[in-house]
Amino acid sequence: MTSSPKDKATKKNLRIPSQTEKLVLAREFVANAARVFGFAEDDVNNIALAVDEACTNIIKHAYHYATDKEIDIIISMKRPEFEIVIQDAGNHFDPTRVPVPDMKEYISHYKRGGLGMYLMKKLMDKVEYTKQPRKNTVRLIKYLHQ
Amino acid sequence: MNEFKISFRENGKVQVMDLRGYLDAHTAPNLEEAFQKLLKEKKFNILVNCKDLAYISSAGLGVFMAFIEDVRTGGGDIKMSNMSPKVYNIFDLLGFPMLYEIFAEEHDAVKKFDVRKQSTK
Repeated sequence: MTSSPKDKATKKNLRIPSQTEKLVLAREFVANAARVFGFAEDDVNNIALAVDEACTNIIKHAYHYATDKEIDIIISMKRPEFEIVIQDAGNHFDPTRVPVPDMKEYISHYKRGGLGMYLMKKLMDKVEYTKQPRKNTVRLIKYLHQ
Repeated sequence: MNEFKISFRENGKVQVMDLRGYLDAHTAPNLEEAFQKLLKEKKFNILVNCKDLAYISSAGLGVFMAFIEDVRTGGGDIKMSNMSPKVYNIFDLLGFPMLYEIFAEEHDAVKKFDVRKQSTK
């Protein structure tokens, strides 16, 4: 097992327009970094999906499908922590107001929506939201276990 | 890279939709249209073959949720087959196997449709 020679986290940034057709760029950006970091393919897929869900929520709830806004994706890598910070300048979306559904109850009533939030929490080790003036931040963390 | 395609065909009395590519918030409206088209044509026995479906996000999963009730009210069902482990894992995380029958092979799924129930011409 090797450990990183650096104490500082390695960072990578990507800015995408708030358009659903650009989700693929966010997924590929994060998947490539996660792969290089050493995650197995299952985890790579899960991380990319969690980021897709976070960006989709921003496009939908923070920007209400306005296509001229921006989403910033910042990856910080410091073993064993792989952190993705996703920021927007739209309306604050308070995820704590989205109840974590009991999926049995949820699907028996054929509900849709709120599934993305549920998935993110299942796929990542940590999901945190913070609001600053004119900036919403979602922080997703996955630990690399070796 | 972000392509998504749906093609339609029939397998006996069952309407099959073959999904190919990436199903996310950008492409989910195409799937929504496809279901609307089938419902309009009163085709309620719908098998979704996911053999070439490379990716699904909650936007795609939500489309299945949106139509299942109408399809079952029409006397049919939405069943799925040929999912890759990667795609099945996402369905499974959300507990979808409780709501939808998912088969390894298309022919097994086709046999499970009760075609007598459906009121087509």
